[in-house]
Amino acid sequence: MLSYILRRLVTGLVTLFGISVISFFIIQLVPGDPAQIQTSQIADAAVSERVYQQLRELYGLDKPIPVQYANWVRKLVVGDLGSSFHDGRRVSAKIGEALWPTLSVALLSFMLTLLISTPIGIYSALRQGGGFDRSVSTGLYMLYSVPNYVAGMLLILYLGVKWDLLPFRGMRSDGYDEMTTLGQMWDLAQHYVLITFCFTFGNLAYYSRFIRQNLLEVVRQDYVRTARAKGLGERSVVLKHAFTNSLIPLISLIGLTFPFVLSGSVILEYMFNWPGLGRLYFESVLQRDYPTIMALNFITALLVLGITFIADLTYGLVDPRISYEK
Amino acid sequence: MADEATNPAPAARSYWHITWRRFRRHRLGMVGLSVVAVLFLVSFLSPMLANEQPILCRFDGSFYYPAVIDLIHQVPGSKLIIQKKRPYRLATFDFKREFDPERGDWALWTPMRYGPREIAAEPLAGPSSRHWLGTDQSGRDVLSRMVHGTVVSMKVGFLSMGIAVVLGLILGCIAGYAGGVADLVISRFIEIVMCFPPFFLILAVLAWFPPSIENVMIVIGLTRWVGIARFARGEILRIRETDYALAARSLGVRPAQLVLRHLLPNALAPVLVSVTFGIAVSILIEAGLSWLGFGVQPPDPSWGTILRSGYENLFTAGHMIPPACVAIFLAVLSFNLVGDTLRDVIDPRLQAERA
Repeated sequence: MLSYILRRLVTGLVTLFGISVISFFIIQLVPGDPAQIQTSQIADAAVSERVYQQLRELYGLDKPIPVQYANWVRKLVVGDLGSSFHDGRRVSAKIGEALWPTLSVALLSFMLTLLISTPIGIYSALRQGGGFDRSVSTGLYMLYSVPNYVAGMLLILYLGVKWDLLPFRGMRSDGYDEMTTLGQMWDLAQHYVLITFCFTFGNLAYYSRFIRQNLLEVVRQDYVRTARAKGLGERSVVLKHAFTNSLIPLISLIGLTFPFVLSGSVILEYMFNWPGLGRLYFESVLQRDYPTIMALNFITALLVLGITFIADLTYGLVDPRISYEK
Repeated sequence: MADEATNPAPAARSYWHITWRRFRRHRLGMVGLSVVAVLFLVSFLSPMLANEQPILCRFDGSFYYPAVIDLIHQVPGSKLIIQKKRPYRLATFDFKREFDPERGDWALWTPMRYGPREIAAEPLAGPSSRHWLGTDQSGRDVLSRMVHGTVVSMKVGFLSMGIAVVLGLILGCIAGYAGGVADLVISRFIEIVMCFPPFFLILAVLAWFPPSIENVMIVIGLTRWVGIARFARGEILRIRETDYALAARSLGVRPAQLVLRHLLPNALAPVLVSVTFGIAVSILIEAGLSWLGFGVQPPDPSWGTILRSGYENLFTAGHMIPPACVAIFLAVLSFNLVGDTLRDVIDPRLQAERA
């Protein structure tokens, strides 16, 4: 077990190193460095050139790329993600600000997905092949094929513009500061509706199908037959004995998809003017804000690797038959 | 087929033949396949469906067929062989203005008389009998742009997945067959690519190249090969240990031939499934990128750019949004349906379950 953990940690570190090197070089190869973008507005060529050189020096762009990379790693080791090239603010502060809008939508959407798809999944599994099972799975399948930004555009057009029911730009209305606390909460809640829906509906088909499939597998097991033979009611058999045992793969599924949800959706956040990580990412790419891009890449990679690792470990803890020795 | 009548036990049919027979039994899969076929036809015939120049016309005493030549120009390289006749080749030539029935001119128009880049009417006009889906912010016919946008989506879908398949199969086969250091390096590389935020590579590379449909295709292809490589690697690993692979090896078949002739064909079916889903994803990514401004550039039409003009004129011209949404949805849904059916059809375990 210990050797397995060590081996995974070492390969994980190698992967992280690879990711950071590759993204560092890709970013640097993109033409148009931040100093150039920021000085492009200066009319006087001599001044522009002087400021350009000063900025390059300030950002450390005048040094060779390997040296820049070494400096980046040296700072990273002590937890310093650097400052943004665009507005000079700490990258950690920028990410911290954008984290909550993305995270809150992601969490809300996850809760909604589970709340809706669990009963659907259980019910479909119990009535496998029945009318409910087939019609709901067809309906959800159609929904699954609606791309989330396509749904976003339609919702904005109809609910936002034509019928003027819900707000769709940003997190807050204009007069937010003058509202009462209750009014502020109501305002915030309204802004969450459309974007949360867009993040949620596509997952419903996937999750309910997943829950249904797992439950069907578990229902065939001997201990479920035993529970039935003992004379337990159907309700107790399904919910207590079968469903709880079908939860494990669900948990690992949530774990595996979460890092990607956290990186946000560039298009959706841009469309809804949502101040989250996806939008921050898009803007950083446009501004060639190297430190922010690097930090976001690194954090996503770290999350993906970390969560996969934890998921693999919990498999072993939950299911003693899995062995980590080769 | 004659064999079947004389011999009640059907002779061995090819795997793909059997697969197709099973596929035909799935109604939804066939619906998906039909929609895909229609999209294909629309994109191939687009110059004959919506064009500002006619299919056949008499102009100033001679006959011309400019839309037909536009259709032929869909085939790459054909521009070197065949060109439109003189006045039609010129960008400034406007047949509609020069058209003069009194001189004996006549024309057989395409079903939609407006080209995708032609400024045909008032900007942002709603649907009317002349422009069924209205016009965009420059006064171009939206229906014509939708038709020509199909070409972009189909091209991106198929060509980018073509790139991904070639890359994925080569790397997957090497990793699965050679094993050892090659496998280690390739697997690690796959893991690295998978750890990037999905949009990062695409955005970063597109910030590097000027945005164009070709670059979008290449970039999507370069980022989507990972799943295919993993599939191919797994299948090759599995098939490598089968008896027939062993038999081929003991007959002295060289490794390259073993992989290409004996292993790869048997690994193709699951790869095909992931390619079908991949086409849907590529169409989605292209439309998304064009929406963000990184893909197809105006004035060229694409479903994503039409959606974008709708978004920019939300309050004045919402009429552009639903058609583009429906088109993207239909394309994604039909490819998903085909992929799902394929997966059911080629998986022998499912067949056993049903029998």
